[in-house]
Amino acid sequence: MLSRRIIPCLDVRDGHVVKGVRFRDHVDMGDIVSLATRYRDEGADELVFYDITASPQGRSVDLGWVERVARVIDIPFCVAGGIRSIEDARVILDAGADKVSINTPALDRPALITELADAFGVQCVVVGIDSERDADGEWRVRSHTGDTSTLKKLKWRTLDWVMHAQVAGAGEIVLNCMASDGVRSGYDIEQLSAVREACHVPLIASGGAGCIDDFVTVFEQADVDGALAASVFHSGVVKIPQLKQTLLTSQIPVRPA
Amino acid sequence: MDIALIDAGGANFGSVIHALDRLGHSPRRVRDADALGDPDRIILPGVGEAAGAMRLLRERGLVDALRDATAPTMGICLGMQLLFEHSEEGDVECLGLMSGRVRKLQPGQGIRVPHMGWNVLNTMADSPLLSGVEAGAQAYFVHSYAVPVNSTCIARTTHGSDFAAIVQQDHRCGAQFHPEKSSKVGERVLGNFLRWAP
Repeated sequence: MLSRRIIPCLDVRDGHVVKGVRFRDHVDMGDIVSLATRYRDEGADELVFYDITASPQGRSVDLGWVERVARVIDIPFCVAGGIRSIEDARVILDAGADKVSINTPALDRPALITELADAFGVQCVVVGIDSERDADGEWRVRSHTGDTSTLKKLKWRTLDWVMHAQVAGAGEIVLNCMASDGVRSGYDIEQLSAVREACHVPLIASGGAGCIDDFVTVFEQADVDGALAASVFHSGVVKIPQLKQTLLTSQIPVRPA
Repeated sequence: MDIALIDAGGANFGSVIHALDRLGHSPRRVRDADALGDPDRIILPGVGEAAGAMRLLRERGLVDALRDATAPTMGICLGMQLLFEHSEEGDVECLGLMSGRVRKLQPGQGIRVPHMGWNVLNTMADSPLLSGVEAGAQAYFVHSYAVPVNSTCIARTTHGSDFAAIVQQDHRCGAQFHPEKSSKVGERVLGNFLRWAP
């Protein structure tokens, strides 16, 4: 049986892991390779590295750290940030990443999803979605979220964009529920459940993990394939071996740490 | 050890090179038949799609070269699928080095395709390739197509239905999962392949 995945997310700036609250106020969390190694040793199933400066600054990911990580880390990892073309993706995959995740560039030019899927297979193509509820009650997509000064509210309803992205060739969806992000009050079960209904490829929950029970809840109630989190892992509030033990006890299939 | 890593346009080259490096080996990247030489091991990695990969192999003279090669050969993921007769992905004839056909995984209730993540290897036969791989060991999979369980299968995995996770026939073998990304379990399988004397 396929295991549910625990995925620490490392926001990368200038070769260091940083963490902000609601996309702001970034604090240095340490060296990329040492954190990545720690998570691998603790039993993380996968890692996501998000180059938070690449997309807003209109440049592509610095390959140096991708290679450094790939040399050491023997679990899959995904790289996000500033990937706009087949060539951008190719050098990252060649450097040893397993998947690329696109967010704003996919919204700017949805054909990018199909181009990447055709070039590398859908399994390499993750579409990251930043989503928030508007005053009218609809969840809608945000772009350029890497920097609060550039953030844009789009007309895309989140559910429509999820469906569009899958048809275009997304092999996985990461749904970041922005209102929950960094607040540690639990994943947005309502939104994730709604997206799950529309999502036939693997769905990864992001934003809101505050304690071990939040992971149990998101797997049990929103039926996501993986749960992504950052600060609870960086701070040590949630330790992966204990988390996995609790998930196993709750009959949620995971790879033992 | 001379390890030929075949370039079929796949995207997991870096990972396979790093995994071999961690085992103390430096593979050669082989782009065409002339460069194949007489290696001790051949690895055919692959992330991508079958028709494009077969076209590249054909253009580069590697279809015949791989058929003639006598060195122990391992296909990884798409590379394993290419060892078989035919793939539904792009309805393409593959290398035909192992008997069986590649099918699309069928989605179902709670069964998402691509099959992406860690899943259990259920061993079906004794093989040096499985030495040290414990019962219930998990490996990392990322794929939408697979070979149904057949006589070449020495380990199977379940996602909706069963499919071949590791295959072995004569001096050839294949892993549907990614040993280069499957932590200690993958390292073990890759190491077993390098020690394998079929």
